[in-house]
Amino acid sequence: MAPPRRALLALAALLLLSLSLAAAAFQSDELLLNDDEEFEGLGARPASPSPPAAPAVSSSSRRRSADAATAGAGESNAVQFALEHDLGDGKGFVPAGTFSARLKTSAHGTQTLTKLRFTRNELTDDEKDAFKKLLQEDGFYTIRLPSNVLDPTRKDNVVSSIKVRCIPRDSLDEHIVIHMDGVNILAVNYGSVGGCQYPRPMKFPSKWTFSSYTILKTAEQAPRTPSFVDQLLEADNGLGEVIKPPEKSFWAKYWMYIIPLGLIVMNAVTAAANIPEEQAAGQGQPGAQRAPAAAARRR
Amino acid sequence: MAAPPHRPLLILLAGLLVVASLATLAEAIYEDQVGLADWHQKYIGKVKQAVYHSQKSGRRRVVVLTEENVISSLDLRSGDIFWRHVIDKNDPLDQLSLSLGKYVLTLSSGGTILRAWNLPDGQMIWETNLQTSTASNPQLHVMSNNKVAKDNLVLVSAGRWIYAVSSIDGSISWEKEFSLDGIEIKQVLQSPENGIVYAVGIAGSSKLALYHLSAKTGEVLKDIQESFPGELSGEIVLGSDNVLVALNKARSSLFLIEFTSGRISYNKVHVSDLVQDLSGTFKLQSLSNGVIALQTPSTVSLLKLKNTDGLEVVQRFDQPAALSDALTIAEKDEAFAIVQHMGSQIEFVVKFTSDASSAMIREKVNIDQHRGNVEKVFLNSYIRTDKSHGFRALVVMEDHSLLLIQQGEVVWSREDGLASIVDVTTSELPVEKDGVSVADVEHNLFEWLKGHMLKLKGTLMLANADEVAAIQALRLKSSEKNKMTRDHNGFRKLLIVLTKAGKVIALHTGDGRIIWSNLLPSLRASRFGVMPSALRIYQWQVPHHSVMRENPSVLVVGKSGAESSAPGVFSILDSYSGEELNAMRLDHSVVQIIPLTLKDLSEQRLHLIVDSNSNAHLYPKSPDALDVFLHEMPNLYFYSVDILTNVIRGYSLQKSCNIEGDEYCFSTKELWSIIFPSDSERIAISETRKMNEVVHTQAKTIGDHDVMYKYLSKNLVFVATVSPKAAGDIGSALPEEALLVAYLIDAVTGRVLHRVTHHGAQGPVHAVLSENWVVYHYFNLRAHRFEMAVIEIYDQSRADNKDVMKLILGKHNLSAPITSYARPEVVVKSQSYFFTHSVKAMAVTQTAKGITSKQLLIGTISDQVLALDKRYLDPRRSANPTQQEKEEGIIPLTDSLPIIPQSFVTHSHQVEALRGIVSIPAKLESTTLVFTYGVDLFYTQLAPSRTYDSLTDEFSYALLLITIAVLVAAIIVTWIWSEKKELRDKWR
Repeated sequence: MAPPRRALLALAALLLLSLSLAAAAFQSDELLLNDDEEFEGLGARPASPSPPAAPAVSSSSRRRSADAATAGAGESNAVQFALEHDLGDGKGFVPAGTFSARLKTSAHGTQTLTKLRFTRNELTDDEKDAFKKLLQEDGFYTIRLPSNVLDPTRKDNVVSSIKVRCIPRDSLDEHIVIHMDGVNILAVNYGSVGGCQYPRPMKFPSKWTFSSYTILKTAEQAPRTPSFVDQLLEADNGLGEVIKPPEKSFWAKYWMYIIPLGLIVMNAVTAAANIPEEQAAGQGQPGAQRAPAAAARRR
Repeated sequence: MAAPPHRPLLILLAGLLVVASLATLAEAIYEDQVGLADWHQKYIGKVKQAVYHSQKSGRRRVVVLTEENVISSLDLRSGDIFWRHVIDKNDPLDQLSLSLGKYVLTLSSGGTILRAWNLPDGQMIWETNLQTSTASNPQLHVMSNNKVAKDNLVLVSAGRWIYAVSSIDGSISWEKEFSLDGIEIKQVLQSPENGIVYAVGIAGSSKLALYHLSAKTGEVLKDIQESFPGELSGEIVLGSDNVLVALNKARSSLFLIEFTSGRISYNKVHVSDLVQDLSGTFKLQSLSNGVIALQTPSTVSLLKLKNTDGLEVVQRFDQPAALSDALTIAEKDEAFAIVQHMGSQIEFVVKFTSDASSAMIREKVNIDQHRGNVEKVFLNSYIRTDKSHGFRALVVMEDHSLLLIQQGEVVWSREDGLASIVDVTTSELPVEKDGVSVADVEHNLFEWLKGHMLKLKGTLMLANADEVAAIQALRLKSSEKNKMTRDHNGFRKLLIVLTKAGKVIALHTGDGRIIWSNLLPSLRASRFGVMPSALRIYQWQVPHHSVMRENPSVLVVGKSGAESSAPGVFSILDSYSGEELNAMRLDHSVVQIIPLTLKDLSEQRLHLIVDSNSNAHLYPKSPDALDVFLHEMPNLYFYSVDILTNVIRGYSLQKSCNIEGDEYCFSTKELWSIIFPSDSERIAISETRKMNEVVHTQAKTIGDHDVMYKYLSKNLVFVATVSPKAAGDIGSALPEEALLVAYLIDAVTGRVLHRVTHHGAQGPVHAVLSENWVVYHYFNLRAHRFEMAVIEIYDQSRADNKDVMKLILGKHNLSAPITSYARPEVVVKSQSYFFTHSVKAMAVTQTAKGITSKQLLIGTISDQVLALDKRYLDPRRSANPTQQEKEEGIIPLTDSLPIIPQSFVTHSHQVEALRGIVSIPAKLESTTLVFTYGVDLFYTQLAPSRTYDSLTDEFSYALLLITIAVLVAAIIVTWIWSEKKELRDKWR
């Protein structure tokens, strides 16, 4: 009785978990954890989409109070930089959203960004039309970010593109990975949330809002090249213990000999079993032939 | 119960296994196998200076200095190399001279290093470092017939310094720095009176200074200065004993400067009065005795000095010609040679300076068509059997080859263009036709018998040394490897190489002989002084089925001019004959050449050329090529790496470009960019997978029967950046300042798949990318050692395909198409190892199907090629591998990579100044062909996992036959026995 019930329970728990996960993905302003970097994903998704002109700078209201307090303490550390996009309508790059983050200065004097938030601007009707047109011709949707977050006057921009038909699901799902080196943005990778296989069918989103996921990534440290000089010294001192290989069972060791042996034995046994039969059978009919020989011997 | 008798057997088996595994790790060839499958050719490069050894007895030799920074002594009779030294590129050789008849002197590194080499064997005798200021044109002058303190002095002038160095031991006997502001010593002359040296220098741009120095002490005896109206160009030659000829900056007039009587007087002559329609740059050359030559790229004019009153034209050559230096023949008489090009012949003229208008020798020499113009001539004289003077000359041709001309014939020639290979491709040989036998069958029965006797002796180890050599020669000669037809195993191919001179040469892989060569007219220097440069060579047409009858062809891409906006040059050559099928001048520049995998109907490969305006041009320009291309265009992406601005950009192609009426031109759209912050990172290297690489399996089964899926994307790019301080030489940066960042980038979307930082590491970085792994080599400043790191990248999105149930139910995604636009879930494994050598080049073996395990081919600092098994660079190596891992073949972790002496594929040879390693798959899966080039060429066949799919040449067929015969005999004998026994039994 117990095992099936436990399995059922586990299944239910799993279902609940997946549902909650799905819900989280659906709402999209949940904290997504990446193993190497702290980040926050935030979708601009005002409850009422009626005022299109209002830029969604509502992120400050979303901050928790404690966060706001720390932010207030070091307001000069807050950094903002714009995401611009190109809808291929000949207007070039236009602002499409704002990243805000806090600048953390480490003891070594290196600066890193933390607590990244992203606010998407609402798409205007013109932009929606341009987006639809882009969807029809399967063009590229291109975004760009300044290459240095502290110095936006520098004209360098990192660019990333995707085939526009990869974006629409229910809403417009985007996945932004920003590769940082201190305060420099090395690269931005813009992609859809799921796969995007060729050929890409055209599909209009049901909701013209972006749900965004952003991740900040910094470089990994390479592990040090292993050096065995110390270990060799230890071994020389006689401290190295001899690790005995785990003893294997008799069967594991010699199965390759036992099986053929068994086969041979079986063969022999069946052969032995057959011989008397043959003899028994043979004594019936061809006995006449053998008899002279026996007789000859007897002679 | 059965265990005890089995144990020895087990141990034996285990021993055998160990031996077998060791044998696969350490693979080498026997001494007598050297030269069977490999060849090595030695070259020296384009000769820029030559001096003859003029001793009466002994072997005739010439010492040459080449543009590949090689100093070499050649046999004048045969052109063979006696000895040779390849000097590092950081130490460029400037001047060459002979001293005391037994030392070769070289001046290098802008006049700072003077070396003496022993002439007979090339041993270095001494080396002296000289302190000089920034020197532009160092001069070397060996004093003749001037025994100062029983020693021949060598004068070195560089910048504002003059050094006198003893040629016996290299000690500096005196040095002199001239204090005149901005002075640069142009000429050092020996005065007719003993013990005095003249030094001519130019200060600023218009002041000429003449110093009389004591040859013994270097003290200034007299000092004369004179200013000139207008500026001097700095080009100054000695006209006669006391007249200097200088060119002014506008290159319009000559100053004739007389300097005998303690003062300088000069006279100005307009060049246009002497030589009409002088176009382009020209240079002056002194031939002494008052004869001066004025050389332009296309003409040579001989001028005769009339004291200082003026000059008169003696003769003018309107063909491109080369002029030798003057050679002293007798007292006061000097000879010089002019070689000019006349169709398929060259004319070799020797004149005396005393009578420049008439020729002493005039010979016509037939030379090979594909050698171009004569570039340099070095004249030498000898005494004929009838006691008269004979002349011979070394001639350097436009294709960098070197010829010796004597008595109207080419005595020998060296194809030294092969020392400067730019790019390599291969071509298959023609298929053998029925009824046409190419190989000569042994004509003579006696010869045939003798050969077999020798071979038999060799097998029975009865042969002596001479006979062994004879067997070797026989083997080489009779082997099938030199045939001009395609072979079953794909070992015979044509290596088609492009040299710096713009010459395309086809080499046979069998013995390295030249099958054809062609100096491309479109890549030859024109009369207007535009220097075209050869860039790359590609396979243009590789016929397979529909156009099987046609010959394959190769494409050579070059550009006319050094700057990036110079228009490109195309040339298409037949791979079998070397004929130029088509040549065109492009109306756009060539920045990037992208060979596509697409082919048009005539199986010509499609190539995209990106110009400096970021427009892409499609070649060949045929409608069906356009059809094929337009169909695939939405899925074509390319990227560019800009090292100067530290940016990598990705592009897609768009319908048409701005040029009207050109439907083969496409504009590009920037899709992505990665900007490395220039204050902290600088691009050191970018590497991609080879286009023709074949991968056999996309999954890797590991020890515990788990499967890992390789991330196999053709768009993977490896980029390594170093911190700007660490971009210099090793030692220029502290470990704290040095940083190396390795990136793996998807070139379609610009996605950074992996990024890893190595602290305390610096370049030079060498990398090789293959399948799903990259290996890169760098210097670790903390450990003071070179390191090699490996990154393997695995696709995690396919990892759940391991479930058998899913496979059965068809719920796997193995057949799902892969797109770059999907976010890849990759897992990266990496590890680094110490490596003893620094590296000049790195490559990986390529085989036909990719089944054979890979070896890294590492060009070491000693100019050898090391084959290192990829298994040593496995990131999953651990200190104590489990039993399963051992079964999988994982080697226990060590901190450094082993260098097994037997795994040098170049065995005893050195490929001097190694620059590139190319691996070409043969048809036989186990074997790959390796071609290594630098100043030397080396070719060999390599079997990374041994020749498991064919019998080696050494396979003993006799033993096999004997075994079969013995077996058959045994069968017959036992059969007879059994018959007899049966019969006996029956009778009993």
